[in-house]
Amino acid sequence: MIRLWFKSGVPWIWLNAAAVSICIIMVLGVLGLVTVRGAGHFWPSQVTQFNYQEEGKLARIIIGEKVDASITPAQMAKSTGHIMADNEDTLVQYLVKTGNRDITGTDFMWIEARNVKEQSDPLDLMVIERREWGNFYGRLLEVKEGSKTIATGKEAWPVVQTKIADALIIFDEIAHLEKKQIGAINYNLERLRLKQRKLELENKLDDTAKQQIAAQAATYDVEYKKYQVQVAELYKKIRLNSLVAETENGTTLKIPLYKVVRAFQPNAMSMFDKIIHYGVKVVEFLTDDPREANTEGGIFPAIFGTVMMVMMMSVIVTPFGVIAAVYLREYAKQGFTTRLIRIAVNNLAGVPSVVYGVFGLGFFVYILGGNIDQLFFPESAPAPVYGTPGLLWASITLALLTLPVVIVSTEEGLARIPSSIREGSLALGATKLETLWLTVLPMASPAMMTGLILAVARAAGEVAPLMLVGVVKLAPTLPLDGNFPFLHLDRKFMHLGFHIYDVGFQSPNVEAARPLVYATALLLVLVIIGLNLAAIVIRNNLREKYRALEG
Amino acid sequence: MSKINIETNSSSVLQLSSGGNHERWRLIKDAIARYGVIAGGLGIIFAIALIFFYLLYVVYPLFISATAQSVNQYNVPDPALGKTILLEIEEQNEVAARFTETGQVVFFAVATGKTLLNEVVKIPEGAKIISFSQGSPINEGAVIYGLSDGKAVIVKHQYKVTYPNNIRLITPSLSYPMGETPLVIDESGVPLEKIAVKIGDKASTIVAKTAVTSLGGSKIRISHFEKEQSLFADEATLTRTDSVLNYSATNVAEILIDKEERNLYLLNSNGQLGLFDIVDKSAPVLISEQNIVEAGHTITSSAFLNGDLSLMIGDSSGLVSQWSKVRDKLNQFSMQKIRVFKVSDKPIVSINPEQRRKGFMTVDADDNLGIYHSTSEREMIKESLDHSKPVAAAISPRANAVLVESEDGKINYWTVDNKHPEVSLRSLWQEVWYESYPKPDYIWQSSSANSDFEPKYSLTPLVFGTLKAAFYAMLVAMPLALMGAIYTAYFMTPKMRQYVKPSIELMGALPTVILGFLAGLWLAPIIEEYLAGLFAVFMLVPLGVILFAFAWQYLPKVILQKIPEGWESAILIPVIILSAWFAFTVSVPLEAFLFHGTLRDWFKTEYGIGYDQRNALVVGIAMGFAVIPTIFSIAEDAIFSVPKHLTVGSLALGATTWQTMINVVLLTASPGIFSAVMIGMGRAVGETMIVLMATGNTPVMDLSVFQGLRTLAANIAVEMPESAVDSTHYRVLFLAALVLFMFTFVFNTLAEIIRQRLREKYSSL
Repeated sequence: MIRLWFKSGVPWIWLNAAAVSICIIMVLGVLGLVTVRGAGHFWPSQVTQFNYQEEGKLARIIIGEKVDASITPAQMAKSTGHIMADNEDTLVQYLVKTGNRDITGTDFMWIEARNVKEQSDPLDLMVIERREWGNFYGRLLEVKEGSKTIATGKEAWPVVQTKIADALIIFDEIAHLEKKQIGAINYNLERLRLKQRKLELENKLDDTAKQQIAAQAATYDVEYKKYQVQVAELYKKIRLNSLVAETENGTTLKIPLYKVVRAFQPNAMSMFDKIIHYGVKVVEFLTDDPREANTEGGIFPAIFGTVMMVMMMSVIVTPFGVIAAVYLREYAKQGFTTRLIRIAVNNLAGVPSVVYGVFGLGFFVYILGGNIDQLFFPESAPAPVYGTPGLLWASITLALLTLPVVIVSTEEGLARIPSSIREGSLALGATKLETLWLTVLPMASPAMMTGLILAVARAAGEVAPLMLVGVVKLAPTLPLDGNFPFLHLDRKFMHLGFHIYDVGFQSPNVEAARPLVYATALLLVLVIIGLNLAAIVIRNNLREKYRALEG
Repeated sequence: MSKINIETNSSSVLQLSSGGNHERWRLIKDAIARYGVIAGGLGIIFAIALIFFYLLYVVYPLFISATAQSVNQYNVPDPALGKTILLEIEEQNEVAARFTETGQVVFFAVATGKTLLNEVVKIPEGAKIISFSQGSPINEGAVIYGLSDGKAVIVKHQYKVTYPNNIRLITPSLSYPMGETPLVIDESGVPLEKIAVKIGDKASTIVAKTAVTSLGGSKIRISHFEKEQSLFADEATLTRTDSVLNYSATNVAEILIDKEERNLYLLNSNGQLGLFDIVDKSAPVLISEQNIVEAGHTITSSAFLNGDLSLMIGDSSGLVSQWSKVRDKLNQFSMQKIRVFKVSDKPIVSINPEQRRKGFMTVDADDNLGIYHSTSEREMIKESLDHSKPVAAAISPRANAVLVESEDGKINYWTVDNKHPEVSLRSLWQEVWYESYPKPDYIWQSSSANSDFEPKYSLTPLVFGTLKAAFYAMLVAMPLALMGAIYTAYFMTPKMRQYVKPSIELMGALPTVILGFLAGLWLAPIIEEYLAGLFAVFMLVPLGVILFAFAWQYLPKVILQKIPEGWESAILIPVIILSAWFAFTVSVPLEAFLFHGTLRDWFKTEYGIGYDQRNALVVGIAMGFAVIPTIFSIAEDAIFSVPKHLTVGSLALGATTWQTMINVVLLTASPGIFSAVMIGMGRAVGETMIVLMATGNTPVMDLSVFQGLRTLAANIAVEMPESAVDSTHYRVLFLAALVLFMFTFVFNTLAEIIRQRLREKYSSL
């Protein structure tokens, strides 16, 4: 009977169905994993105090967040060198984030559940996010202004919160002055130097020009001095306050407040507090600069760089893609040439992205960029301007890479437009261009939009070519700022996808960086899925519309 | 997609109407647009061709042969000062030095032969120069003179570069690194017949062969000087160690010390090579002694290749053989002949190694000048010297200029253009015997910290890694994608298909960097821990599905009727999750029971298969995930667009749905499925980020699924940013890109042609 059942082919159909199910499970699994890990990162987790005693060692207290747990069967645990009692089936271990890297040297430790004698979540445990050395876990003892203690014990907590808020305001002010104002002066001084060098190269550097430049430099210098004084004053003010805290083993540590991003007591927070905290952290993640070698803080420059690059790319890819599609559909006679072009389009789509990177680096950066530098920027030699990877070259390279996406999508849109519309227009005396421009292309614009959205989604997730043509792990300046000419196409930029690779694999402290990578991955996934869904919706609407037209 | 044929000659109506300016302008605009669009369309072909030809353009110089050009010929400067024993050129190819047998050094301009400076080496009165040799490493510029009174003088020639008035000026000079007073090598004053020196920052070694005298036979003496810098004083104290080699020295014709001062090579006139370990200078040990030329021939010249790891031996039959110290199976060192170059039929006069690469220049008695590269086994240059017997030759440190002195008192100045000798088709694709390796092998190792490193550019391990990764990815992706496509296109209800297809296609839109990140940091540790569980899943999930399907038909009719056909995959989701969970749970005790520990250890102890955390299995799963949507989407389209009347006909004739599927639908759609697989394969071959993050990127050639790999694409991503523009490494990486391009070009073109054929076939059906 079983043989007959097999002969009927039913089991094969079930197996095929299983393949679909597995694919669905995989997709949902990956999305779920990224979502849970990425979204969970910002939630303030409980800080636990463990009373921990390993065999033959003194009991000690460990304070930290339980991050991960692993359960190993006894047999396996034995083979990795753990001593197991006969009645133990499994070895349970917790990964605890203990922070205090400046004191202990590590952020994380594995502890064995069987050695935990007692554990509790005391309300007064405090987490401090710092600008250096990662998180601090411990208890607040007192707040100091200079060397004077201004609050201790229970009163210290509200005092320290207001002081931190004050310090943050000053910190922002300093950052603004240093980055914006002084940065602008430095930028202008550099431009002045280039101007002088240019005049020198052109043999036009006479005395009047020299004087002009010197005068200009002097005014910048005065301005610079002014800001410097301001900054020094602010620094004096911000360095005044500090807090004293106690770690798990009783060591006291003085933490200056200007190194504190925020301090909170997760165990004492209500649900509402936690939601607020979560929101604040999400906003920080989206709008702040990264800290601590990209492992903490926000990813704003990466978001900004990705958006800039994608926008530049769209400007380049759309006209070319649309023209090629129009040629294929509207102008070319279907025959050898169109077949050849279709093969070329498919190959463009199929060439590995890293090959585009190699081509971009060699052709765009070194050949085009090198020549541009020689022709237009001789004054900045030997430092390259366009002869080095940067935003412009990355955009062009990715435009080439995403060209087939736009072509295929636009072509599909053009194919769906009934020929009666074109014929009608032509019959009324319009030229071919007018027909295209006034009737066909407007009707196909949603299709172009679809293509563009898909291209953007592809470009946002592409990393390999960008590694060669312009992405860096940390860009000091954004490609768009307040300094003339505002849009700096020659600058290197940060990118979400590369950020994931870099922080996840090249970072010195991968374990600490991992939650941030998941969060970044979640953001990227959301953006890309959002874009793709939008494209699908637009395409479906379009199909409906033309079905109505044809009917 | 239906074909639309539009009348392209559409402007005829307009031409009949009035010829006003406006009308003309409209026509002109139309024409401009036409040509613009045509140019844009053809631009696509141009773009793909540009990529191809640009890659080719960068790669091409690797394979063109080198050229040498005779620039000038002039008389030997100051011939009266004695015969030349050594010619040298400095870095900038401006100044050359001629060392004579009388202890004179003549510095002259390379281009013209004009004498710039004559220096006399300080030789004590009464002593004569008996022997001479160039120090090692060659780029230090040291030479040693062995004297008739058992002493030796070490001299360095140096070139100082200054820029007075922005013009380069090179000033040659002589210095005495071990002091001007000659070093006493043999205290009884026996003449030093042969001598060799190695000069280092901290230690120097001199090895000399003494002459036969009434006091006794000739001996090999080793003198070692260790410099000890005291912590506070500027002066350093020299500690000297002396020893006499316990070896019959009578026939020793050549002495060579490597730059590490660990090995001493003695060449006998009868063709014997003795290798000594001189790590302990007071007690040298003979490691091996062997004959290195064929009977009847003699050694006519010898030199170290750059790095002093291998010895080039030129013999009287015109052969140059490369010998390197190699560890054999018994862990014993011996000298092995790595390769042989047939240079000429006449004896080799001299061998001059390049100072920065593993190349060397030969001059032979047949009046030929040759430049070779050892790794790639390429003869780069072979030029005739026009029947003037060569006596000395020099190649510049940058290997771009050559001086040859001939018997008739002329010096010939050649410039050489030899940029990429390291690469040949052989060294890229075949096994190469690298220095110090026990056997020929495929190795990719493009750079290293030290400058005299032998670059190993074998693309074979990278191509192997690429195909291995693609193979495992296809192993995962093909069954899932194709079976999924079959089901989705043919069996699934349209309602479900409407959601399933886009969501699987969405899988393809997921950035590979995220898949790679998850594979490397999440999946790899899990697989490492639950390896047995994974294998259990592979076995138990299909089994679970079959069992469930079998049980399904026995469900009460009432339930069966409520659930229409075509929803199997939705029903199966919990079944699969359950059976996977069951597989994982059951695997833990099973693993402990069957393999006494972990499966990983079992593989290691039973079969000697090592386990890398980031291995081909992880890559296979992660990249399979990335390839599934590509294959699925195209295959599904191909199956779905099989004309309905074919399937309906088959069903009407009494075939079951499955029979129709196999015999009609799949057969008709097979070209489309094939092209889907091709495109998937192309994607797997070129995928970069997943492989970069999910493998250890070690270029090993190991078929094991538990070992890492390095693919062409990942290699480019890793090494491209740090390679110097237009260097050999840069061009080889471009070659890797070109190989990738060709791979995918073949796959994609094939797939596209098949698809175009298929489309025509369907439209005719």
